[in-house]
Amino acid sequence: MLEKLDEIRSNAIDELSNLQSLNELEDWRIRYLGKKSTLTQILRGLAALPLEQRKAVGASANEVKALLEAALGQKRAALKEEELARSIERGRIDVTLPGRPLALGRLHPTTQMVREICDIFISMGFQVIEGPEVEWDYYNFEALNIPPDHPARDMFSTFWIDTESGERPMLLRTHTSPMQIRVMERTRPPVRVVVPGKVYRYEATDATHESMFYQIEGLAVDENITLADLKGTLYEFAKRLFGAERRVRFRCDYFPFVEPGVEMAIDCFVCGGSGCRLCGNTGWIEILGAGMVHPDVLRRVNYDPDVYTGFAFGLGVERIPMLRYGIEDIRLFYSNDLRFLRQF
Amino acid sequence: MKASLKWLREYVNITLPLQELAQKLTMSGTEVAGIDTIGGWDNIVVGEVVAIEPHPNAERLQLATVDLGTQRFTSVCGAPNLEMGQKVAFAKIGSQLIDPESGELVKLKRAKIRGIASEGMICSERELGISDRHEGIMVLPSDAPLGVPLDEYLGDTILDLDITPNRPDCLSIIGIAWEVAALTGKSVRFPEVSYDETGEPIERKASVEIADADLCPRYCASLVTDVKMAPSPPWMEQRLLACGMRPINNIVDVTNYVMLEYGQPLHAFDYQKLAQNRIIVRRAQDGEMLTTLDGVKRALTSEMLVIADGEGAVAIAGVMGGTESEVTEDTTSVLIESANFNPVSLRRTSMALRLRSEASLRFEKGISPELPLLALRRATQLMAALSGGKIAKGIIDIYPGKTEPKPISLTTRQVRRILGVDLGLDQMVKVLSSLGFQCQRVSPEELSVIVPYWRTDVRLSDDLVEEIARIIGYDELPTTLPSGSLPRYEPNPMRALRQRVCEILAGCGMQEVITYSLTSLAIMRKVVPDSQLFPLRVANPITTEQEYLRTTLRPGLLQALSSNEKHEEGSIRLFEVGKVYLPREGDLPEERHMLAGVLSGPRLDRSWHGEGEALDFFDAKGVLEVLFERLGVAISFEPAEDETLSPARRAKIVVGGEEVGVLGELHPRVAEDFDISSRSVYLFEIDLERLLPAALEPHKYRPIPRFPVTLRDIALVVDVAIPSKRVQDIIEGFPLVARVTLFDVYIGEQVPREKKSLAFRIHYQSPTRTLTDEEVKQAQEEILERLHRELGATLRA
Ligand SMILES: [Zn+2]
Repeated sequence: MLEKLDEIRSNAIDELSNLQSLNELEDWRIRYLGKKSTLTQILRGLAALPLEQRKAVGASANEVKALLEAALGQKRAALKEEELARSIERGRIDVTLPGRPLALGRLHPTTQMVREICDIFISMGFQVIEGPEVEWDYYNFEALNIPPDHPARDMFSTFWIDTESGERPMLLRTHTSPMQIRVMERTRPPVRVVVPGKVYRYEATDATHESMFYQIEGLAVDENITLADLKGTLYEFAKRLFGAERRVRFRCDYFPFVEPGVEMAIDCFVCGGSGCRLCGNTGWIEILGAGMVHPDVLRRVNYDPDVYTGFAFGLGVERIPMLRYGIEDIRLFYSNDLRFLRQF
Repeated sequence: MKASLKWLREYVNITLPLQELAQKLTMSGTEVAGIDTIGGWDNIVVGEVVAIEPHPNAERLQLATVDLGTQRFTSVCGAPNLEMGQKVAFAKIGSQLIDPESGELVKLKRAKIRGIASEGMICSERELGISDRHEGIMVLPSDAPLGVPLDEYLGDTILDLDITPNRPDCLSIIGIAWEVAALTGKSVRFPEVSYDETGEPIERKASVEIADADLCPRYCASLVTDVKMAPSPPWMEQRLLACGMRPINNIVDVTNYVMLEYGQPLHAFDYQKLAQNRIIVRRAQDGEMLTTLDGVKRALTSEMLVIADGEGAVAIAGVMGGTESEVTEDTTSVLIESANFNPVSLRRTSMALRLRSEASLRFEKGISPELPLLALRRATQLMAALSGGKIAKGIIDIYPGKTEPKPISLTTRQVRRILGVDLGLDQMVKVLSSLGFQCQRVSPEELSVIVPYWRTDVRLSDDLVEEIARIIGYDELPTTLPSGSLPRYEPNPMRALRQRVCEILAGCGMQEVITYSLTSLAIMRKVVPDSQLFPLRVANPITTEQEYLRTTLRPGLLQALSSNEKHEEGSIRLFEVGKVYLPREGDLPEERHMLAGVLSGPRLDRSWHGEGEALDFFDAKGVLEVLFERLGVAISFEPAEDETLSPARRAKIVVGGEEVGVLGELHPRVAEDFDISSRSVYLFEIDLERLLPAALEPHKYRPIPRFPVTLRDIALVVDVAIPSKRVQDIIEGFPLVARVTLFDVYIGEQVPREKKSLAFRIHYQSPTRTLTDEEVKQAQEEILERLHRELGATLRA
């Protein structure tokens, strides 16, 4: 009987090592550990054996059973592992194949730029407001110290709206500055606003001139606003927009509605100031015009210039992405070629 | 304004290196846009013609011996104006000259000309690049220093300056000299003007009368008789050329020279051609005619100021003279005008006539009435000297517009308030004086400042503050951040809505575009019926393509689609959030914020994954459903009237009973009008102003349901014409129905003709308890019963 058990064990172990699948393993289990297997028969027949023999055979049979069960567990785990590995391998793909295309949408580069700039000023306490693109001559010019026949009108080639003769002259705003007047007319200081929007110039278009473009106007009026504050605010803006390593320059310039007048430039990021084509060999790139709000402008909106001072600035939006990305033709912005728009 | 550095040096010492000077000028407001050099003449020196012999082999050539002081050279010369004793520019072998034919720079080589060796060359102005003249050699003044390099003698540096419109004083060499002096701590020297008046008293020879003193604050005139017309001397011609003006003759050149020097335009009349020797400054008569120096016959109006003689207009005041009184070769006496005119009227005149001159550009900016006399004396001196003329005794000076300068008070507080820095009175005085301002200390904190006459731009204490700041340099001033309190927050809900719409649509795979606000009537006609098309027109359009302000976003988008279609293989999905401009009687137009979009092409771009089907109505609708879902606005779609869209595939978008927009397939006829060939186009346009109130409504959280959902599917057969939405609305109206999804629509053989099958999945759910099968069954029966009663719906077998 003991030899029988020995034989069962060695046969079972031999066979087990050759098994290839979980199905074969199940057959093996039934054959050696199933209800009808020799081992089970032996274990069931133990009671009929004499005591001496029962002890020895019983111990040996249980030992074989435990051994086979342990081997079964190991083999099952091993076969499962192999099975999983095979099924994973069957799922192998070429990961270099392109992904499934999704429709991709983007915001217009001007929209992105307007937001980026406004966000900088919002973080400095400015509010974003907007105003009309079709304006009265009064807001676009007269209230900004540019009466009819003022030579500074040459700085702003204007599209005029066809109106009945005798009506108030109406135009497409040539800058966002009319909003300085509109804001101050309807609120009292402190004022801190930025005004993004479309402006229009009666100009033949070329690579650097468009008849329609975007500007962002800024205005801060309060009791203690100084040219130093203007410099600080615009310096901060320039560093955030163009990078902390940029140098900033302020020089005197003329706009009829500010006094003193300011132009801000940054050092050329192509040549770093030594002079190149981008900066016209000056080493500097003009970014915006600014200045302290002219006392006559303040008076016109009933702000007492002896109490309040303010600064204002205005910048062209498209110029910034043009500089940043090296775009050489402003007309690309509003001709809406997808091959252009998709790059931003 | 082009300024010769050599000329500038006559009025101010310049010790600063050129680049530093340019930098200082730029920073202080006089932008140096360019620096040009005249010269660069190597191996070209001043020589004297000491011998002339005929060329043995050529009749038209001569052999000139030129003395350079230490050396003598003989060169072959063909110039007709060659004379003994002339000072000339002599180019030695090896020098670089401009070939008069090709304009290229060529090196002068040793050569034999008709058998005779030429040891150099006497140069013309063209060969030196000074002017276009090549009729003869350039003759230098007799005092030109022998043997000195031409570069040293004639070379110059020209500053190209951008002068802002407020600074007419800087349209002059003396004005710029003041800037340079203030920036470099130097002082200004004025030209010395003195001359002998040997003629008759001018009052006996001419009269001046100002009839319209409001337009002419001052008129000065002098008379030079016995003039000999000739070209100006080279030094004057060179300065005029350097500053961008063409030399004409010794009379006209002097008026231009003094204008460049002082900034005061002058005019020279041929005295003999002035009828009755009278000058009358008056408004023109309507319809009065005058032929100006540019040869154009012009009709004048009573708004324009003219200079008239005893018979009629002889010049448009401050703009341009007339041909009849023009100085010519035969002129023997010259009446010089130096006057001041009203800048507004003058600008209006020059704009109306579309005639702008160097004179009008200065006058319209408002120059000082103190200038005419100074400039006139200078011009009189130069003209007499250059033409050998005799100066009449005295000057006529009519000055009805004389005003006394008003002092401006400037305090240290004002400087601090504007610049944010404390400057002492001493520093303020130093800067202002350097610019010619006269300062008087009123108290330790206050100055009384008299503005120099040429600074017509300075009127207020703020203007003085700018003067101080710009001369010190803005970069030298402190930099701070505003410290005051922030203004009250004002929400801008429309801007917030537009930003959200843009982000959502970009998230849906649509590309934002920005198109021109100006468009053409023809293009708007393609999408707007004539009865509704009343756009604002621009009075001065550049092109007819941009003549009218758009009243709809559709044309711009369709044009963008059309042009992109030519090169895009994949889908095109564009949207624009922008304004339309709707005219209002007697007011600015309403600027209404709109949203529009177009979709066209395959749903999925072609790839190894296959090609998507064409985008259809429901793709566009799906985008809008996402948009409104995200905005939290409930919408419905109803059949619409819209000529631009296909009658079979168009819907209006309704929010709270109000139409806010439309959606549909572009009518094939319209597609053709826009040259869109190959695809169906789906278009939507939404009025954001109408949408705004609904988008602003507060959004409320709904708790997650705690009780289970019971699902039931039903397939219904209804008439084809019944909109599915009506069926769905009825089902959704039942209290236990939480959600209804239409998952199948079928029209075909399986159902009777004129019928369709709609299959819905109904989600039954109660917020308060778990539903029993019995309750669901009963609800389902009630739904069927009602659908049958109201719509004749039956269960599909
Ligand atoms: Zn550069």
